[in-house]
Amino acid sequence: MSAFTIATSIDEATALMAEGARVVAGGTDLVVGHRQGKAPLPEQVVAIDRIAELTGIAPMADSNAGSNGTNSSGVRIGALVTHADLMTDATVVGSYSALADGAALVGSPATRNAGTIGGNIMNGSPAMDTGSPLVVLGARFELVSARGTRVVEPGDLWTGPGETSAADDELLVACLLPPRPRSSGSAYVRLEYRRAMEIAVVGAAASIGLDDDGSLASIRVALTAVAPTILEVDGLDDLVGRAIDDQLLSAVAETARSQAVPISDLRASDEYRRHTVGVMAKRAVAAAAARARGEHLAVPVNRSVGIGASVSISGGSE
Amino acid sequence: MTTSISYLLTVNGVDYPVSGANHLSLLNAVRNQVGLTGTKEGCDDCECGACMMLLDGQPINSCSYLAAQAQGREITTVEGLSDGLDLGPLQQAILNAGGVQCGFCTPGMLISAKALLEENNSPSEEEIRIGLSGNLCRCTGYTNIVSAVQSLAAGGYDSEPESG
Repeated sequence: MSAFTIATSIDEATALMAEGARVVAGGTDLVVGHRQGKAPLPEQVVAIDRIAELTGIAPMADSNAGSNGTNSSGVRIGALVTHADLMTDATVVGSYSALADGAALVGSPATRNAGTIGGNIMNGSPAMDTGSPLVVLGARFELVSARGTRVVEPGDLWTGPGETSAADDELLVACLLPPRPRSSGSAYVRLEYRRAMEIAVVGAAASIGLDDDGSLASIRVALTAVAPTILEVDGLDDLVGRAIDDQLLSAVAETARSQAVPISDLRASDEYRRHTVGVMAKRAVAAAAARARGEHLAVPVNRSVGIGASVSISGGSE
Repeated sequence: MTTSISYLLTVNGVDYPVSGANHLSLLNAVRNQVGLTGTKEGCDDCECGACMMLLDGQPINSCSYLAAQAQGREITTVEGLSDGLDLGPLQQAILNAGGVQCGFCTPGMLISAKALLEENNSPSEEEIRIGLSGNLCRCTGYTNIVSAVQSLAAGGYDSEPESG
């Protein structure tokens, strides 16, 4: 078997993985991981970036998406879809906005151009910007190996920092997103010290559904970089039926803080993370609710809510 | 020991033979085997952008891209921005604007600017700053670098090298 293969089909890639090969797509995490000695590349590497079956964002049949009381179908996002694709795709921006928000904050234009959603998911970082959006949007992941196919929930895939439950021979082929309920919106907000080439200090994603009278019909919130994996906040269903006001936002913030189990590292102390993740959760819910009401908040929503100062070469910065 | 593999890389329109381990980075292949050293190694960690090249017209950090993966694709380095005799318009613009201090970030900056201008020939200042956001300048000379790109954007960028 060759030390390097450029695969052109899922079957070819998974056959090589069954023999011990490791896959590479954009390389942004893998090549660095190899050089740092954290995760050396094996004798056999298979490039998957030319497998057409892994590309594209396409509508999927309702039977795959799960019923959500709507007629629209969900979407299937191929593992090779890049962050640059996600932040500009009309369906993702319009209906799965939190995912576009997250993708638009990753790295730089070069990183977003090379880095794929599949790589981001399988890298399993608790700080990944697409992670909490995927959780609140109800994403599921399709894994294929020479042994068969299975679909897993995010909570069953991510088992720890940089760890997944996927076997070595399993290839993530797609991310499946269910249809969105009517009058819904989503947003992802992160705390950052600079606008580019940044990793989330903390972050939060929210998905909100509204009743006809503007009260809360559904809510999901997930937190970034405050636990060993992306953390979905429990116990928010009690808020359903209430108006989206300051009291509700404060309740979300307090619940998020009470469930966060952050670490201290070079980016922030555990205390600071616990406090700020509540602020991010509150802002994410407010932004998701605004989108659910039909307000236009451009991607990434971070800029709309005032995180990251606006810059001007002539000195008129805000 | 990893087995050595051999293949061709197409850099600035010319095919070069390359061989090495499967984890050889595109940056090392181009600098050490192709022999084009215009592209710089900064952090070697996908953070600084000094190693930026175009792969089929799109910017990538070549330190974090496997050379073997670039087979069959068009690679453009900073050397490809000139015809070998005269500077290309981007190079001339950064020279005119005083946008080069120590010069280490310049090749990567030019590649990011090239990618931006090929997609949008009259970007706003904000769009230029986002386009260059993956490139660090340790001299912090960003103002003149942005001005250089703005000077091209103002007139509507044309990728052809200046004639005469």
